[in-house]
Amino acid sequence: MAVADRTPALAEVPTAAVGERTKWTRRLLRNRNVVIGGSVFLLLVLVALFANALSPYNPTRLYPGQRLKPPGLQNLLGTDEFGRDIASLVLHGSRVSLLVGCVTMVLTSLGGVVIGLIAGYYRRLDIVIMRVMDGLMAFPAILLAIALMAARGPGVWNVILSLSVVYLPRTAMLIRSTALSVRELDYVLAAQALGRGGLAIAFRHILPNCIGPLLVQGTFIFAYAVLAEAILGFLGVGVPPYVPSWGNVIASGKNVIREAFWVSLFPGLALTLSGLSLNLLGDGLRDVLDPRLRVQ
Amino acid sequence: MTTYLLRRLLALLPVMLVVVTIVFFLIHLIPGDPVAVILGPEANAQQIEDARRELGLDRPLHEQLVRFYARLLRGDLGRSYFLDRPVTQALWERTEPTLVLMAGGLFVAVLIGVPSGIVAGAYQGSWWDRGLMTLALLGVCVPGFWLSLNFIYLFSVRLGWLPVAGYASVFQDPVAAFRHMLLPAVSLGFSQSALIARIARSCMIEVLRQDYIRTARAKGLAERSVIYLHAFRNALVPVVTVIGITMAILIGGAVVTEIVFNIPGLGRLIISAILRRDYPVVQGVVLVTAAAYMLINLVVDVVYAFIDPRIRYV
Repeated sequence: MAVADRTPALAEVPTAAVGERTKWTRRLLRNRNVVIGGSVFLLLVLVALFANALSPYNPTRLYPGQRLKPPGLQNLLGTDEFGRDIASLVLHGSRVSLLVGCVTMVLTSLGGVVIGLIAGYYRRLDIVIMRVMDGLMAFPAILLAIALMAARGPGVWNVILSLSVVYLPRTAMLIRSTALSVRELDYVLAAQALGRGGLAIAFRHILPNCIGPLLVQGTFIFAYAVLAEAILGFLGVGVPPYVPSWGNVIASGKNVIREAFWVSLFPGLALTLSGLSLNLLGDGLRDVLDPRLRVQ
Repeated sequence: MTTYLLRRLLALLPVMLVVVTIVFFLIHLIPGDPVAVILGPEANAQQIEDARRELGLDRPLHEQLVRFYARLLRGDLGRSYFLDRPVTQALWERTEPTLVLMAGGLFVAVLIGVPSGIVAGAYQGSWWDRGLMTLALLGVCVPGFWLSLNFIYLFSVRLGWLPVAGYASVFQDPVAAFRHMLLPAVSLGFSQSALIARIARSCMIEVLRQDYIRTARAKGLAERSVIYLHAFRNALVPVVTVIGITMAILIGGAVVTEIVFNIPGLGRLIISAILRRDYPVVQGVVLVTAAAYMLINLVVDVVYAFIDPRIRYV
């Protein structure tokens, strides 16, 4: 009898979960910002993945005879001062941008969750951790990134590391404040009363409440990181100049702006498009997942 | 008010301590031997040893840190290897262009941002609102340094209206200074105006929902005076904070804009210092901008508390 009683309940669990999931999917798909931003972003990811197949030329090969050709049939978006094809450079540049954006987002999220939960749950550590985070936030973001790059030297992984350090405090503070508001709720008190350990409560009961804000924040950090990577490249302290990245190409376009505006124009457009898609996606996700933060 | 101010200043001390410590450790983040990296491959063993002693890098880490604090308290930021003068002097020489650029950027940001936001908020849902907010979204996404390059191409190279790059001091030649500063200030201020417009709009919408606005309308005031006399002034209160945040963000933006327009300010100083591995200058610029950033944030909070006394008791 007992077995018969429990069977339907067990069977209901997956159905409920699926129902919940379709409900969220439907809500997300109904949001115009999520759909537009998400589709453009997906397109950028596909471009980055298939950059080799899509590029008409090898982006790193120099064709001295083809210097500064305006956009035309042979080079759709023109060539730069070394005769490199701008279209191929822009297509390949998306790889560096998305790699930096994506890994920075993942690193800041992971680090932010661990630091934020510890600070939000262990009050004694909170004071120390938050002062360090305040200290990191006291620098203008791009200057801290520049300073870290100055010490570490050019390179994709150094860019990722620097930007992760710069943007980590924002995520940590977000998770901490969510944790602080959730830890007083009845179900957390109930878990404490049941004798659950601090870490188990933090990760099993508090973390799930942070997922929505974390996803929204992550999208914006992705956008910041893509932009910051381009700025560092433009300033000559980001990825090495021979790596095709949007910032590097815009920097080389600066030197030839009098003769060839197209060198900096197209990578900048790609950068703007990626920023636009991520901002739209972030705004949309915020409206759906975290209505408290909604700006009217 | 005095207690509030004192409390805020005291709260700044630990943050400042962390900031200084981070700046101190910058030189220790250099992979390998920092002295060998700073001096480059041509240096011999004796030079490396001398430089190590001069930088104090031969002492234990905690002693170096304490010396670093002590030096800073005396206002000594070290000596630039390349410029052959104290870092404080190098910083001082480069401050004016950066401050002028920031002031120009802030002016442009407020000039565009506040009216756009107020109009969009006052006529929520109208075509004005939609158009302005689309522009604001674009303003947030268009990278400022790229916008600068396009401005240079259009207004300097094609139309020849303004100089391509460079800087003239306001005190020596105000007209030339204005012509040189116009494009940098607009490209720096434009993206910040988008942020201000978004906040001003949501504040305006919030204020227009308040009871006293309903009262003003109920007593028969013209819509124009309701919006501009009653709502506008109250909506401005949070906008002050955003303008402060904007100023802080402008420090970072100014660094990048200086590179595009070849303006001899702090941004050019730090970038050339990085390329010459002149680390005391890098540390100096980072420290001074961080201090300025904190100070601006403090002033904003105090001004905000002054305008809106409710803040002080929270």
